[in-house]
Amino acid sequence: MIRAENLFKTYVLGGQEVHALDDVSLVVEEGEMVAIRGPSGSGKSTLMNIIGCLDRPDSGHYFLAGQDVSGMTKNGLAEVRNRRIGFIFQNFNLLPRMTALENVELPLHYAGHREAAHAAREALAIVGLADRWHHEPNQLSGGQRQRVAVARALVTNPAILLADEPTGALDSKTGEEILALFKELNAQGRTILVVTHDSDVAAHCRREIHIHDGKIVDLPSTTRAQDILSAEFVPEVV
Amino acid sequence: MLFWMIIKVAFKSLMANKLRSMLAMLGIIIGVAAVIAMLAIGTGAKQQVLDKISAMGTNLLVVRPAPRGTGGIMSGTQLNLTDADAKAILAKIDDVQSLAPVVGRNYQMKYLNQNTNTQALGTTPTYLPIRDFEIDSGRMFTDFDVEHWNRVAVLGPVTASNLFGFSDPVGQTIKINGINFLVLGVLKSKGDQGWFNPDDQVIVPYTVDMHLLMGVDSLREIDVQCDPGANLDTVQNDILTLIRVRHKTQPGAPDDVMIQNQAQFIDAFSAAATTFTVLLGTVGGISLLVGGIGIMNIMLVTVTERTREIGIRKAIGAREFDILSQFLIEAMLMSGVGGLTGMGLGIATAWLVGMFSPFPTVVRIYSVIMALAFSAAVGIFFGFYPATRAAKLDPIEALRYE
Repeated sequence: MIRAENLFKTYVLGGQEVHALDDVSLVVEEGEMVAIRGPSGSGKSTLMNIIGCLDRPDSGHYFLAGQDVSGMTKNGLAEVRNRRIGFIFQNFNLLPRMTALENVELPLHYAGHREAAHAAREALAIVGLADRWHHEPNQLSGGQRQRVAVARALVTNPAILLADEPTGALDSKTGEEILALFKELNAQGRTILVVTHDSDVAAHCRREIHIHDGKIVDLPSTTRAQDILSAEFVPEVV
Repeated sequence: MLFWMIIKVAFKSLMANKLRSMLAMLGIIIGVAAVIAMLAIGTGAKQQVLDKISAMGTNLLVVRPAPRGTGGIMSGTQLNLTDADAKAILAKIDDVQSLAPVVGRNYQMKYLNQNTNTQALGTTPTYLPIRDFEIDSGRMFTDFDVEHWNRVAVLGPVTASNLFGFSDPVGQTIKINGINFLVLGVLKSKGDQGWFNPDDQVIVPYTVDMHLLMGVDSLREIDVQCDPGANLDTVQNDILTLIRVRHKTQPGAPDDVMIQNQAQFIDAFSAAATTFTVLLGTVGGISLLVGGIGIMNIMLVTVTERTREIGIRKAIGAREFDILSQFLIEAMLMSGVGGLTGMGLGIATAWLVGMFSPFPTVVRIYSVIMALAFSAAVGIFFGFYPATRAAKLDPIEALRYE
């Protein structure tokens, strides 16, 4: 589903070169639920932006659902984001003054769908908010807002769901509920990437990719012993 | 993205900042209203002038002495136009229906203890139909009165009320420069025409005016009424030729009379009035432009404020064109609503001005269409830069924007 080969990305900050991504390669198979974990400044945001087609690598190739997107134009990337990627943000990023339904419909409008309302209602039903479709974001709780955001990410039936600190703005109980929703969606076959610095959140995923100083590093075996024992865990470490 | 959806979003975001949107639109509202009202006043003024010129009589040629002078230095008027010239024109030129010799000077007029100073205009009875005057009460003097130097007068309505107040002047005697004149009638009002008031004068036989009052033997002008359908240029040339012969003007010397016709008048006033209208329209257009800058300003603020929203929209798949059209339509909606409101205001203003001021107003459909089209163009033009800025925003930066 996702195949990244030798990604490099360098920023110049205050005259100093920062290697945000330094020869990163990784593979995520269809149906996986993977955590990308690292401290702040590790390059995980940059990796997420490239995986999410918001940014392009300086060099290297990135294949999303078999398509090389690393050389695409801005509008081409916008279309890939629209059809193949569902974003879920830390602070929900719903549009104010629009109802939950309108927020969920929005990606479909950009895709040119005419029957947006029906699909949007279905997506809201999946996240358990079928009866709240007419509420605006400020009339919903944090957990509900994040559910609307998940519905918006799901509605175009994307190849991957990309969640950036999805529980960061929620209390731990609500956060657990959102993670449980992710697991449920994963169990239905969705590919999910969770970017986080939180090991508790990462623990909910079946695999963890650790990034540090722009490189993917080997995990200390002690932290994820049970995954290694379960033999499902195949680290894509280069 | 579907068009009505964009309109809906644009409308919502305008409604979210009602006061700000109103203030931004105010520039366009005032601009469009100004253009429409100004053009209405300009067009109305032109119409009025043309109507009044037509009211002075069509097919009219006015023969006057040419200004005297050589080499561009003009020094006063010649006194060369005579009663005999007038009679010759009437007798010898084809297509001349009637004519009226005209003289005149201002005199002190008196009735009992009432005084006024106004023009004693000397002419013949033909002057009234030629210049489109009508009698309100009493009667006009006759050719007999002209021939016999009878001291009779017809008063303009303003002069009549200055001297007589509300009492009837017909049959009374007034003194012009100390000489008694019998009032035969009063003219109907024509209304003040700006450069002179035809209602404030006294009409007397020109023979009396020339010989008893002024003591001159030359005419100020000869008003010539041509036959309907006559070629005014031909008649004009014939008169000039006749006068050259009569005045023994040397070949090569300039004409010693000049002839004005209504067409020249109308052309001159039309040109002046058009200039006036264009000037007024330009003033309105400038305020429309300023209104457009106001919209651009607000759109730039809006784009900055909604950077995060733009980032979100881009993240979920909006292309540059989607963002561009969204903000462009928002700007156009603002200028469009402003334009329509301004149109209403402008037409109302024009109507009020027409009702409650001496300026007549005429709202032409082309001026309304022009103002609306211009305001839409202003919306596109001034909306384009902010919309482009929004469309070019980097989604990562925009999402990070607080």
